Amino acid sequence: MLIKLTGGRVYDPAHGIDGKVMDIYARDGRIVAKPKDTERIDQEYQLAGKVVMAGAIDMHTHIGGGKVNIARMMLPEDHRGDPVGHSELCRAGCGHAAPSTLTTGYRYAEMGYTAGFEPAVLPMNARQAHLEMGDVPIIDKGGYAMLGSDDMLLRMLAAKKDQNAINDYVAWTLHASQAMGIKVVNPGGISAFKFNQRMLDLDENNSYYQVTPREVLKTLARAVYELGVPHPLHIHGNNLGVPGNVETTLNTMLGAEGYPIHLTHIQFHSYGTEGDRKFSSGAARIAEAINQRKNVSADVGQILFGQTVTASGDNMAQFRNHAAGSPKKWVVMDIECDAGCGVVPFKYKDKNFVNALQWAIGLEIFLLVEDPWRIFLTTDHPNGAPFTSYPHLIRLLMDKTFRKEAFSRISPDAQAMSTLGSIEREYTLYEIAIMTRAGAAKLVGLHDRGHLGAGAAADITVYTDDADREKMFTKPDHVFKDGQLVVKDGSVVKVTWGATHVVKPEFDRGIEKDIAKYFDAYHTVRMEHVKVTDQHIADDGRGHVQVHECKGRREKTT
Amino acid sequence: MVIENVTCPACGLLCDDLTIETATDSAKDKLSVVKNGCHKSVVFFSRSASPTSPRVDGKPATMAQAITRSGEILRQAQMPLLGALATEVQGMRAVMSLADKAGATVDHMNSNNFMRNVQVVQNSGWQTTTLTEVRNRVDLLLVIGTDIVSTFPRFFERQIWNGETMFGQDTSKREIVYLGGDPDTTAGVAPDGRKPDVLPCAIVQLPEVIAVLRALVLGKRVVAHEVAGIAVADLEKLAARLKAARYSVVTWAAATLDFEHAELTVQNIVELVKTLNSTTRSSGLPLGGMDGEMNANQVATWTSGYPMRSSYARSWPEHDAYHLSTDVLLQSGETDALLWVSTFNPDAPPPVTQTPTIAIGHPQMKLQREPEVFIPVSVPGIDHQGIAFRMDNVVSLPLYQLRESTLPRLGEVLGEIEKTLKTN
Ligand SMILES: [Zn+2]
Repeated sequence: MLIKLTGGRVYDPAHGIDGKVMDIYARDGRIVAKPKDTERIDQEYQLAGKVVMAGAIDMHTHIGGGKVNIARMMLPEDHRGDPVGHSELCRAGCGHAAPSTLTTGYRYAEMGYTAGFEPAVLPMNARQAHLEMGDVPIIDKGGYAMLGSDDMLLRMLAAKKDQNAINDYVAWTLHASQAMGIKVVNPGGISAFKFNQRMLDLDENNSYYQVTPREVLKTLARAVYELGVPHPLHIHGNNLGVPGNVETTLNTMLGAEGYPIHLTHIQFHSYGTEGDRKFSSGAARIAEAINQRKNVSADVGQILFGQTVTASGDNMAQFRNHAAGSPKKWVVMDIECDAGCGVVPFKYKDKNFVNALQWAIGLEIFLLVEDPWRIFLTTDHPNGAPFTSYPHLIRLLMDKTFRKEAFSRISPDAQAMSTLGSIEREYTLYEIAIMTRAGAAKLVGLHDRGHLGAGAAADITVYTDDADREKMFTKPDHVFKDGQLVVKDGSVVKVTWGATHVVKPEFDRGIEKDIAKYFDAYHTVRMEHVKVTDQHIADDGRGHVQVHECKGRREKTT
Repeated sequence: MVIENVTCPACGLLCDDLTIETATDSAKDKLSVVKNGCHKSVVFFSRSASPTSPRVDGKPATMAQAITRSGEILRQAQMPLLGALATEVQGMRAVMSLADKAGATVDHMNSNNFMRNVQVVQNSGWQTTTLTEVRNRVDLLLVIGTDIVSTFPRFFERQIWNGETMFGQDTSKREIVYLGGDPDTTAGVAPDGRKPDVLPCAIVQLPEVIAVLRALVLGKRVVAHEVAGIAVADLEKLAARLKAARYSVVTWAAATLDFEHAELTVQNIVELVKTLNSTTRSSGLPLGGMDGEMNANQVATWTSGYPMRSSYARSWPEHDAYHLSTDVLLQSGETDALLWVSTFNPDAPPPVTQTPTIAIGHPQMKLQREPEVFIPVSVPGIDHQGIAFRMDNVVSLPLYQLRESTLPRLGEVLGEIEKTLKTN
């Protein structure tokens, strides 16, 4: 099957293509160079005047795993407001803050997204995360395995085990969890909460292990780097939501000691303590630090006003913040001496000073970070807002008139504390394509996604150019997934099952003997049963596992 | 052959350390538990599941005939109910797909129990923990209205009197308090013979007792001297111990809280736990997960957005904890077709009803009335692989295939039935 996309205006930042009118060819799911004139084109799409990009990639979205399902179970009232009936092609479900898996896949595809990465895969819950993602149709999936409050790692750090042993354990976890990267959430803090600590700053000891978050961060960042995992350590820092945490975040950047790190939902970690209410924007300092430090990338975790639900591995922070939630119900769990979770519904209000300033801080970060290859478009779905609000967010970034108008409507006290009204920058289509495609693919380590060069998967989105960017990005004309037309005029026309992306770095299998012994002594499951098999992921014909290269062990940095 | 590290789905603990000896030549489908068994696993694994034939209207039929007839019954129904739903994850995925296609309601055989918990999560939430945390951290275990072990036989062996913990705790010093009912407390006796504390009362009086305990934990003054035969002074002592404990675990089994509006008592239990967490650490531990109930709720929730008692009658899923219960739907006659799924054991046949019934499950299902259609399927965790969720709703474990069966899996049968239906 050879298809031709003719005459569209192409934005392909991976190849420096910025709005050039050109043809794209795809054969059997892959993009190919222009074929010989003699070859028959099976299907041609006339795209004159249309905007063509690779399929979008959401590098941080909570779409599968225990806490997401708790959020679903907790919110029947939210689902009732957004019922989704079945059609000839698509199954029924529900949408809004914590959509059903099926609806999640359809809606991502209908918005031109072709991949999403679940950032908080607890190793002890990894099978569930993959089962849920297995029921997310069309888009590709993957996850980051969570370490940093697990007893095994903390006891290794307490015992001053050498970096090689830790690297082996990290690699083992990546295999067992079938993950694309490693995430650390409130390093050491989830564990500390179980010992009744309520805050843990970067240089504060976990009271049991006498290990600091800084040690956890540095060791994991180094492990990920030395294993050659393409995605840098994915960090949800300490002190989420705490006024003054901008200092912690800046220190976290320093603490990486030059190793590549990704700071996630950085908006929630960019708060100062100035002003009458002791809550202010740290966006300028954060942006400046990111601009200077090439080893650092971040996604924003923008909040948008309305009802949503926060679902996080950070049970220490979720317990601390539960009183601010709405409606008043919350779940907090300690999990398997491995991790934790907290689910708290939130309603962000534009007239609420704190919420309004959070909104402004997120946008300030987007607009003050200069390099679109190192800042990513997320709402930390559903924590800041559901992913379905991305087109609105894109318009806020691309249209300063629209943005200033929105800014004028938020809490006046928050306006007074923000520089947003004076920022003139507007993102270009090319920059949006970097953030949501080329940059995201590069960051995650997807060598064959996020671009339109020969050899790439034919994940392609076609939009009608529209000055109203929200309208434009809400409803693409065409979405191709692995060369198949899956969405036409904003509606699903074919249901496929995407791949699950993983890395499997080499490691010394000898460590399994120790891990097995450890599980037998302390855990309630056998080590073997923690491992997610390919069959668990691909059973019932739901996609397959695609392994991405780790560039081998890098030079030891001793 | 001897197979180690087998997962046992006979209760919600899902112990995964069993050793099973499989088939000798003389007894082809005979399995026996040779290590880490309990009274439930021994029954589960040693039970025969020799194949039986599908039946239509009581007469032996081919699988194709049984599937055709099942499709007819579902097509003719206005409000079909897929009930019982005792299966593992892959089977449950097939159930949800069929429900969507058939415009059916889904409900589990244990919903009357676990909906007490689900309603609390939907209304106010809770703070809970999982089995490995209990095993390594608990210093005070408060057991409400159950002895635990008659339903979860190895709970104390694996979670309480385990030898070693991650944090060097002397587990023999763990304190156990039973509150409510008249439980057999032998399992709560420490290895050195130290007896647990027992505060007995009638189960139906637990609402009052728990309300008073919560008030005391909140620091409220209670005027009464006694509640349900328990001295308030004793409850005061218990409240003080809970506050002094470093990681207390408060556990209950929704199944034994069998009285009107037990969800309010569950809510008082977990709100009490939340309050304790303002100064120390404490966690709830809901005991459950029988007959694949976690599998049903988990898969239904991610697929439709709702747990059990949801309906696709109007093409999109809707949820109603009261009106979509099996009892209500059958008694009111609203349901005009019942598809009953019970794959783990023969002991849970469909209720005797006038409603046309399709029974799918264990080949030896002890039917009380011959259903319109009976389809035997293989047993998950014995005849075929699968995945099951443990009682703590977090850990899922692989189920094993231990012998060959000629019977199909549930998912295959439901998939065939679904093919005979059209989306309406
Ligand atoms: Zn997140």
